[in-house]
Amino acid sequence: MKILTCFMPQSSGTAYVCGEEVGKSDLSIRKKIGYLPEHNPLYGSMYIKEYLLFVAQIHGLKNRRSRVEEVVEQVGLTREQSKKISQLSKGYKQRVGIAQAIIHNPEVLILDEPISGLDPNQIVEIRNLISNLRKDKTIIFSSHILQEVESICDRVVILDKGKIVADRYLNANSDANTTGELRSYITLELTQALADLDSIRRITGVQSIEKLQSTEYKIYLNTESDLREQIFDTVVGSGNKILGMNAGKQSLENVFKEVTK
Amino acid sequence: MKSVFIKELVQYFSGVTGYMVMVIFLLILGLFSWVFSGTSILDYNHASLGQMFAIAPMVFMFLIPAITMQSFADEKQKGTLEFLTTKPLTDFQIVGGKYLACLTLVIIAILPTLVYYYSVVQLGSPKGNIDDGAVIGSYIGLICLSAVFVSIGVFMSSLTDNPIVAFILATFLCFFFYWAFDLFSDLPFLFGKLDDAVKYMGIEYHYDNISRGRIDTRDVIYFISLTCVFIWLTLVSLDRRKW
Repeated sequence: MKILTCFMPQSSGTAYVCGEEVGKSDLSIRKKIGYLPEHNPLYGSMYIKEYLLFVAQIHGLKNRRSRVEEVVEQVGLTREQSKKISQLSKGYKQRVGIAQAIIHNPEVLILDEPISGLDPNQIVEIRNLISNLRKDKTIIFSSHILQEVESICDRVVILDKGKIVADRYLNANSDANTTGELRSYITLELTQALADLDSIRRITGVQSIEKLQSTEYKIYLNTESDLREQIFDTVVGSGNKILGMNAGKQSLENVFKEVTK
Repeated sequence: MKSVFIKELVQYFSGVTGYMVMVIFLLILGLFSWVFSGTSILDYNHASLGQMFAIAPMVFMFLIPAITMQSFADEKQKGTLEFLTTKPLTDFQIVGGKYLACLTLVIIAILPTLVYYYSVVQLGSPKGNIDDGAVIGSYIGLICLSAVFVSIGVFMSSLTDNPIVAFILATFLCFFFYWAFDLFSDLPFLFGKLDDAVKYMGIEYHYDNISRGRIDTRDVIYFISLTCVFIWLTLVSLDRRKW
């Protein structure tokens, strides 16, 4: 993120933002990016509007006052607008940070941990704000709160020690090459242990079987289609009885644990 | 550059820093010029502002680092430097804006001393008996001197994220450039060989020259080049984040 915003240079490789190479046309890239740094640094002694006017001036915007009014309303700061930044709560400060990042209507929005350290209500507010903004912008944001990521993002990239260990679109209809998938699974509860695991492994779409307890199994699938019917037939065909069967999807959290082990 | 300049200047005057600097500067100068018996113009019996201009550099030696110590150190500490440097601003615009804002604050603090000038003009016998050339020269010298001190202060502030360290370093360097070269030149082993050259490197020598009312391009170039060197060093030091 610090490389994309031209704060630090890359140690190797090249990075592009909107087709422009980082390191060669830094100023024009910075104009296209709205950036909220990790701990949301703000000038506490400035008033909200004064600060936003300052940012608008840096970007050389015209009609600064009306633009500031617009942004203040967009992020829901209207009630607090005449306060000093240092008087605001953390959630409101975060809104000022986002307002500052979107004031010049950037094509790309980079948010570094925008929801860490907020209380549950503030998280919902910031999440809604981000969801509203995603309609017409590319948003990159980093977070350790995986439930949030699942609820907001279209695409997830997990990094471990600087390496991409998983890259996955969350909605199933996109067909990009993915690693570290969010696998579907089926849990089975039977009356007796499975005698012939291979019969299930042979079903197309089954990736592996994990024995949870003596008569409970977890079957991982590598397909999006529902295999419950076939599994039912196979199990009942071998004279076993099914007490329970559940289809589920591995959560991002499990994937994260798995790929960063 | 304009946006950073305005923001900095407004910040000085929206807090107490700006006013405090002005009040303290004027208070110290006022006390030395009119009240303390050793240096008072009233006891001195000469219609001259020489005393004031001799003391002003020493006051600035402490006050200017106090103004500039925050400029980068504070931004680094709060992380707002990351904010500034990821906006469409060049490093030069950031440094230039901050430098000019500090210098403007110092010049604003100098301006009210014109009242002292007016008083001395009125007290002169006959009225208006004052060396105007020396006064104008002294003001120009003082502004040149502040320009150098501010550039030293801004540079020191960009080296560290601790304002106190920046203050101490800047005070030391201001002192060094103002006085130390002059004192070094008195050392016996330099006598008759390099003493003039060493003296020439210090600020005091050039400041005294200009204060006499003789504005020599050599002195002006000395001040400008010293300022440029420190501004350039500041740019290099900002660029350090990329190394």
